[in-house]
Amino acid sequence: MSELKSGSNLEKVLKAGHFAFTGECGPPKGANVEHLKEKIEPLKGMVDAVNVTDNQTAVVRMSSWAASTIMCQEGVEPNFQMVCRDRNRLAIQADILGVYAMGIRNMLCLSGDHQRFGNHPESKNVYDIDSMQLIALVKKMRDEGKFLNGEEIDVPPRLFIGAAANPFSDPFEFRVYRLAKKIDAGADFIQTQCIYNMDRFKEFIKQAVDMGLYEKCYILAGVTPMKSVGMALYMAKQVPGMDVPESLIKRLRGAGKGKAGEEGIRFALEQIEEFKEMEGVAGVHLMAIEWEHKVPEIAERAGVLPRPTV
Amino acid sequence: MIVADRKPLKEILEMLDGCNRVLIVGCKGCVSVCNVGGSKEVGILASILKIAGKKNGLDIEVDEKTLERQCDPEYVDQIKDVVADYDVILSMACGVGPQFLSERYPENRCLPAVNTTFFGGAVQHGIWEERCAGCGTCGIHHFGGLCPIARCSKSLLNGPCGGSADGKCEISKDVDCIWDMIVKKAMEQGRLDDLLKFKPAKNWSTARDGGPRTSVREELVQ
Repeated sequence: MSELKSGSNLEKVLKAGHFAFTGECGPPKGANVEHLKEKIEPLKGMVDAVNVTDNQTAVVRMSSWAASTIMCQEGVEPNFQMVCRDRNRLAIQADILGVYAMGIRNMLCLSGDHQRFGNHPESKNVYDIDSMQLIALVKKMRDEGKFLNGEEIDVPPRLFIGAAANPFSDPFEFRVYRLAKKIDAGADFIQTQCIYNMDRFKEFIKQAVDMGLYEKCYILAGVTPMKSVGMALYMAKQVPGMDVPESLIKRLRGAGKGKAGEEGIRFALEQIEEFKEMEGVAGVHLMAIEWEHKVPEIAERAGVLPRPTV
Repeated sequence: MIVADRKPLKEILEMLDGCNRVLIVGCKGCVSVCNVGGSKEVGILASILKIAGKKNGLDIEVDEKTLERQCDPEYVDQIKDVVADYDVILSMACGVGPQFLSERYPENRCLPAVNTTFFGGAVQHGIWEERCAGCGTCGIHHFGGLCPIARCSKSLLNGPCGGSADGKCEISKDVDCIWDMIVKKAMEQGRLDDLLKFKPAKNWSTARDGGPRTSVREELVQ
């Protein structure tokens, strides 16, 4: 990690050794630019970069690249997400060139939720390449200046390459190897699935540390504050690969009527404090789902402000 | 084998609207084995159509014939002397059958009575599962003899994805996660290293993506 690969703010913050803090923003279900700007506004100055989701949960929204460019115009650095579900390798490479041309410098490579979850379950999926191959493709385009077919690129895209890791899905024993494989494929940084089971995460990160993975790649721990008991129950039962301990649900219930949201934030703040001290963790990825306006308060109370200027 | 399911009766009746003389043609190949389009099922469908016709006050004549195979001109030829007697030929073979019939008998209307679903096998009596996607370049030896293209909902070559939970796929608790099986098998066999190797993007040109496919065996071509 000697010289900058992309020059993105996120890369510079991480490279300078700061504890990174990233946010997330889902584009609107429509072309409502004002709504998008309203969601972006509270994130300004609060985070180092903001993930812009790509038809998350397979629900059609404004395209992640378009929302990312609007975010750039608003002065917030996007982390452009791309899933393999909706594009073949032609569209993927075209979009990578396009987003770079529009000033985007971070990209998160994902397989994507199956369309069965979404609002177009009758659609045909693509999966021409998978997330691992997408990581390798972006790296090849950036470092070799070549398309997947080996042809030269006239001005290669220089992107900071992100990937996801879910320490809570199965088979658990393989998860750290899959992380290692993503890093070998070219991931510069990792953002994990939302963490609620801290014991299991600690076991995972210890394995990553033992394998020396944190020295090759920045690992950002995923945090999503629970807004309500209902949300916790939904996450626990309906979202595959999500591990929500019963103790957390009890804690939220115990907070009393109307206070579960505050208790959810407190739990998230306690997690962030732990992550700051945890070997192998380079930052936190805060996914305040449809709760963007709470980010300034959470960032303030987490003591991660002001964000470093590098 | 090729696995199929019979179309709903309502759909078949809609297709047959206005037809008085129907020849149901079964196939003794795959669809017989998966109990959907063999002589037995042809007989059942014929009876159902006759009853439905009577119920609706229609004068439908239904005859039955089950061929050795419908994917071979030699057998498709066997009904050449009778097809002119029918308004419609209703094939109970996989999607290949009604097309071979349509091509051989251009004067006739040839309709499908089944929905062709997948290449698979019987995991227990009455239950079939998909095993092959016919991608044209078999690579299951890289995955412990299990196919992630046909059996992973996302056809991942570097799985498992983050949606794998308790051995099940994220799309449904009724669907096994093939990557869970691939990983566990590799671990049990001490061959985990095979899975740590990066699998590059697949060449899909041998699959349907490369256009309709033809297989030529020179030594057999006359």
